[in-house]
Amino acid sequence: MKGSVLIIGGSIAGVQAALDLADSGFYVHLVEMTSGIGGAMSQLDKTFPTNDCSACILSPKLVECGRHLNINLLTLSELEEINGEPGNFKVKVRQHPRYVDPTKCISCGECAAKCPKKVDDLFNLDMNKRKAIYLKYPQTVPLKYAIDPQHCIWLNKPGKCGACAKVCPADAINFDDTESIHELEVGAVLMSPGFRPYNPEKLDFTGYGRLKNVVTSMEFERLLSPSGPCTGHMERPSDGKEPTRVAWLQCVGSRDENRSCNSYCSSVCCMYAIKQAVIAKEHAASDLAASIYYMDMRTHGKGFEAYFERAKDQGVQFRRSRVHSITPLAEDNLQVQYADEEGTLQRDEVDLVVLSVGMEMTTKSQELAHLLDVELNENNFIKTDPFNPVATSRPGIFVCGAVSEPKDIPQSVVEASAAALEIEKMLSDSRWQETQEAQFPAERNVFAEAPKIGVFVCSCGINIAGVVDVKDVTEYSAQLPDVVFSQNNLFSCSQDTIDQMAKTIQEQGLNRVVVASCTPRTHESLFQETLRDAGLNKYLFEMANIRDQDSWVHQNDPEAATLKAKDLVRMAVARVRGANALPYNQVAVTKAALVIGGGMAGMTSALALANQGFPVTLVEKADKLGGNANRLFHTWQGIEVRQQLEKTISKVFYHDNIELKLGTTVEKATGSVGKFTTTLSDGAKLEHGTTLMAVGGKPLIPTGDHQYLYGSNKQVKTLLEVDEMLLTDINMGSIKQAVFIHCVGSRIPEQPYCSRVCCTHAIEQAVHLKKLNPEMDIFMLYRDIRTYGQREAVYKEARSLGILFIRYDLDNLPQVNEEDGQLQVLVQDHVLLRQVKFNPDLLVLATAVVAHPETKDLAKVYKCPINQEGFLLEAHMKLRPVDFATDGVYLAGLCHYPKPLEESIAQAQAAASRASLILARDMVPAESITAEVDPRKCVGCGMCTKLCPYNATTLDLDTMVASVETSLCKGCGACVAGCRSDAIILKNIANEHLMAAVDAALMEM
Amino acid sequence: MTDINTEWQPKIITFLCTWCSYAGADLAGVSRYQYPPNIRVIKVPCSGRMSPNLILNALKGGADGVLVSGCHPGDCHYISGNYFARRRFGLLGNLLEFIGLEKDRVQFTWVSAAEGEQFADVISQVTESVRKLGPATRLVKNIPAEINVERACANE
Repeated sequence: MKGSVLIIGGSIAGVQAALDLADSGFYVHLVEMTSGIGGAMSQLDKTFPTNDCSACILSPKLVECGRHLNINLLTLSELEEINGEPGNFKVKVRQHPRYVDPTKCISCGECAAKCPKKVDDLFNLDMNKRKAIYLKYPQTVPLKYAIDPQHCIWLNKPGKCGACAKVCPADAINFDDTESIHELEVGAVLMSPGFRPYNPEKLDFTGYGRLKNVVTSMEFERLLSPSGPCTGHMERPSDGKEPTRVAWLQCVGSRDENRSCNSYCSSVCCMYAIKQAVIAKEHAASDLAASIYYMDMRTHGKGFEAYFERAKDQGVQFRRSRVHSITPLAEDNLQVQYADEEGTLQRDEVDLVVLSVGMEMTTKSQELAHLLDVELNENNFIKTDPFNPVATSRPGIFVCGAVSEPKDIPQSVVEASAAALEIEKMLSDSRWQETQEAQFPAERNVFAEAPKIGVFVCSCGINIAGVVDVKDVTEYSAQLPDVVFSQNNLFSCSQDTIDQMAKTIQEQGLNRVVVASCTPRTHESLFQETLRDAGLNKYLFEMANIRDQDSWVHQNDPEAATLKAKDLVRMAVARVRGANALPYNQVAVTKAALVIGGGMAGMTSALALANQGFPVTLVEKADKLGGNANRLFHTWQGIEVRQQLEKTISKVFYHDNIELKLGTTVEKATGSVGKFTTTLSDGAKLEHGTTLMAVGGKPLIPTGDHQYLYGSNKQVKTLLEVDEMLLTDINMGSIKQAVFIHCVGSRIPEQPYCSRVCCTHAIEQAVHLKKLNPEMDIFMLYRDIRTYGQREAVYKEARSLGILFIRYDLDNLPQVNEEDGQLQVLVQDHVLLRQVKFNPDLLVLATAVVAHPETKDLAKVYKCPINQEGFLLEAHMKLRPVDFATDGVYLAGLCHYPKPLEESIAQAQAAASRASLILARDMVPAESITAEVDPRKCVGCGMCTKLCPYNATTLDLDTMVASVETSLCKGCGACVAGCRSDAIILKNIANEHLMAAVDAALMEM
Repeated sequence: MTDINTEWQPKIITFLCTWCSYAGADLAGVSRYQYPPNIRVIKVPCSGRMSPNLILNALKGGADGVLVSGCHPGDCHYISGNYFARRRFGLLGNLLEFIGLEKDRVQFTWVSAAEGEQFADVISQVTESVRKLGPATRLVKNIPAEINVERACANE
C-alpha cells in the first residue's frame, strides 16, 4: 500500500486536502492545470458573510502548500492515464513546458515589462491584457512566470523576439523547455478540479455578449478587486464610467431547465449577489442604487440571513420577480424589464447589469471523470453517496468541492478535510512511509556571546539595486554597532546564496543575522531555515524590507530610498541585537480522542478516528446513540436513514478502540492541544490529545405567534413527529388534506437565522405523502423555498405532483383555529390576493433547529466561543469551518449550525481529519513568541486575563500574580500593551525591542 | 549623516500589524504605488500589541508623527486586538490633545492586506498632514534615548 496521494485540481478544496494529508503523514502530488494554484477563490474580491478579502485569507494557505516538503506541486499538468487498484494506483501525469526555469525565476517582472506581445488576461476574464510571459496573478503559487506558447513570438517564430531572455537577470528563460511525463505510484486519488461559471451567451434575453454593460458575477468580482482590470475602481466596460445604478439578475444558468439545461440551484449566488451589492455600495463615490431581481432568496448558511437583513438596511433593493429581458437604452444604459409579484410588467433603467451565473462542471472535469471511470449524476456532477459524501462510485477515488455539487467555500473546505480523512483511513498503515522530516544540526548556544551581527543586503537583480545604492548600504551597515560582517548579494534567496550564507554564519561565528531584501511575509521562513541549517536558533533573525516597502515605492527618488534603506537596516540591527534564542515549543501528544455527542456526527468522527487506530472515548448524555437521526425517516434523496443509522450504531458499539459512555456528560477540563484532562459526570478522568464537539441541536418547540395550536390539537405535528409516524408505519395514506407551514421559529426577529434543512425536509415529506396517496391535497405555506443545490429536484418533483405552494410573509402569518373540532388554516394568497381557507386533517410545522442550552456550558469548559444563537463559533467561517481558535478542539454537526445529515457526516469526517493531524504526531509545535509574566512586577490587577482572547493568562488568587499558559498563547501582545505595571513581555517583541527600533529610526534621517 | 534635502522632511514612525497592514504595504510595493519616503515601518504582531508608551517614546525621541495601522474591524487575526487598539488610541488621542499636541501627529487607521493603493494614499495623506504641522517640538527631549552612547554624546 502506497503512502502517497494524487490530488487533481489546485482549488481551495485541493489545497486544503493537500495540507491535511501532507501534515498527517502522506506525500501529496498536487496536479494543477494552470500555471498556479488557488482556483476560483483567488479571483474573488471579498467573501461572504465576513467580507474578508479573499486573496488575503487564501494566500497563506497557498504559500504553505508551495513550501511544504511533502507536497509536490505539478503545475501546467494533467492526468494522462490511471491503472491499478485502491492502495496501489499507477498514474501518468503530463506536465506542459513552462519555458521559465522555476528554480531560477525571481519573479521580478522584467520579462513581462519587456514582452511586446499583449494577450487577453484569462485571470481577469479577458477584461484587460497581460503579456505572453505572465504571472497568473500577484499572489499565485508558485510565484513564477510562465510563457504562453500560443502567443509567444519566439516559440512561434524562433529567433524573432526573445526580449524576455535578454532582460531576465536570472537567466531563467528556457525556450527549449519540453513537456515531461511523470509516472507516479499513489495509494489514492482525490478530485478537486472545481467548477466553471455558467456562460450566459446562450441566454439571449440577458443581452450578454451583445450589450457591453452586461457582465457576469465573476467579471464583476474582478471589477471590484483591487488587483483587477480597473484596480478596484468599479468602472463599467462600455465607457469606464462608475455605475450608480446596478442590477443583479439571479438564477442565470440555475433553476432553469428550459433555457440553460441546469435545473439545480447553484447555492451560492444569492449570497454572493448580496455581498457584491453591499461591497459595490461601499466602493461607490456617491450613493449607489443596487437592486437584486430574484425568485427565492436563499440565504441558508451560518450568518447569511443576518447579512441579508443588513443589506436591506443598507438600502439594497430586493425585487421578487421574473426578468423578461435586458434592452439597450441611450448612453449605454440598460433597461431591465420584469414582471413584478402582481404580474405587472415593470421597467427599470440601470447603468450596469450583473448576471448571477451558476456553477457548472467543466468539460475537462467530465473528461477527467471519464478517465477515472467514476459515475456522474443527472446534473453532470460527480455522483456521491449521502452517507459518504466524498466517496465516488469507484473505490480509492475521492472527490471534494464544487465538482460534486455547487457549494460554497466552507463546505468545500469541509469536504476537503473529509476526503483527506477517508484517504488517511484507507492508507493509515502507510502513514509517514513516504514523507520526509526537515533535518537540522544541533544549535549553538549563543546566550553568553556578545552580539556578532551579519548583514546581507540583497540587490534582487535590479529590483532593489536599480533604485537603492546597495553598495553604499552594505558599507554603511558594516559600521553599525556589533555588525561584524556585511555583504551584498545579487539574489539573497537563490539556492547558491543561501548555501553560502549558511557557510558564512559558521565561518564568521555570527550569532545574529539581518537580511535586507524583500518582505518577511514570503521569505522570512526561508532565511530562518538557513539559520537553522547553520546551527543558529531561527529567532536570532530580522529582515529589513528594502524592496516592497522601499525601492518599489520610491522609484523616482533614489537618494531618499537609499537613506531609507540605511534606516531600515539600522532598525533591524537594533532590533535583532536584543533578540534571544527562543524554544521551539512543543507539546507531547496524548494519542487519544474525546468525542462529545453520540449522534450521527459524533459517531462518524469516533469511528473515523478509531479506524485509524486511535483510542476514542465517546460520551453521550442520553441513554442511547443516534441523536436526532433516530427520528429521521428519509434523506432528501429518499434513502432510508434507519438502516444506515443502525449499521453505524453497531459499528460503534462493537469497536475495540471506542469506549462508549452513555448517560454521561463532561464536567470540567484542563490542558490544551495534545494534552487535555477531562473529568466526566461519572467521576472518570480522561487524558486525551484532542476534543471533538458534536453535541447536536434540537427542534424548536413552537410557542407564541408561531405555536399554531401545536400541543393542543392532535392534528398539528412537527416534521420529526411525522417522520416518526412514517417510521412506525402508521397509516398516513388516509389523510385527505395536509398543510405544511415553513419557517416556524426561523427567520423571525427572536430567532433570526434560517434553519437550512426544513424546506427540503418538508417538501421531501410532502412528496412522500403525496405518493402514498396521490388524491391527498397538500399545501405548502412558505416564505422562500430554499432547496439549495441539487435539492431543487425535490421542489420540482413536488410541483409536478401537484403540491401547491402559497407564499406568506411575516406581516401576514397564517392563522390556525379550531372550528367545531375541525382544524382551520387561513392564509393570504399572494397571487389571488385574497384569503384562502383550508380544513386539513394534518398540519405539519417545519420548526427551527435550535442549539442545546447546555452547549454554552460545554463551550466554556473548552474555552470555545459561541454565537448569539447559541451555536459554537468556528475559528474562521470560510477557511477553518471545523476548527476553533483554540487548537486541538474541533466541532461537527448541528451544534455548529443546522444542516442535513450528509453535511453533518462530511463535517464529522473533516473534524476527525483535523484531529488526526494532532494524533498522528508524537509532538505538536506551539507558538514560540509568547508572553511571559515577571512575577516581581505583577500587581495582580487581572487586566491581562480580561484582554487575552485565548484565555492563556490566569491570575492566581492566592499569590495575586498572573501567569501565561505558554501552550495557549498565540503571541498577539494584547496583554503586554494592557499591563499597567509593565510586568508582561512578549519574547523578542518586548518594549525594549520595539523601542530600540524606534530609537534607531529616529537617530538619523 | 547630514540632510540630503535642504527642505525639512518629517519623520514618521509607522507601526503596522503583521497580518493586514504590513501585507497591504507590501501590496503597495508589488503594485508599484508610489508614496513619500518619510515613514519608517516597525512590524508588530497586532495593533493590540501597541502600548501607548511606544508612541510617546517615539514622540519623545523626535518623531514628527506616528501612524499605527491594523486590520479592519472584525478582521483581526487575533480575534479582538484591533478593538483594544481602537479604544486605547481613543484615550491616548484625548490625552495628547489635552497636553497640546496637534491631533494629526498621531494617527490610527485600518488597511487590509488587499488595500495596496489605499496604503499608499494613507501614507501620502499622513505625510502631508504632518508636513503642514512642521517639526514636532512639544515632547522632544534634547538627548535622544540612547542605543548608541557615542552618537548621543556627539549630538550634545
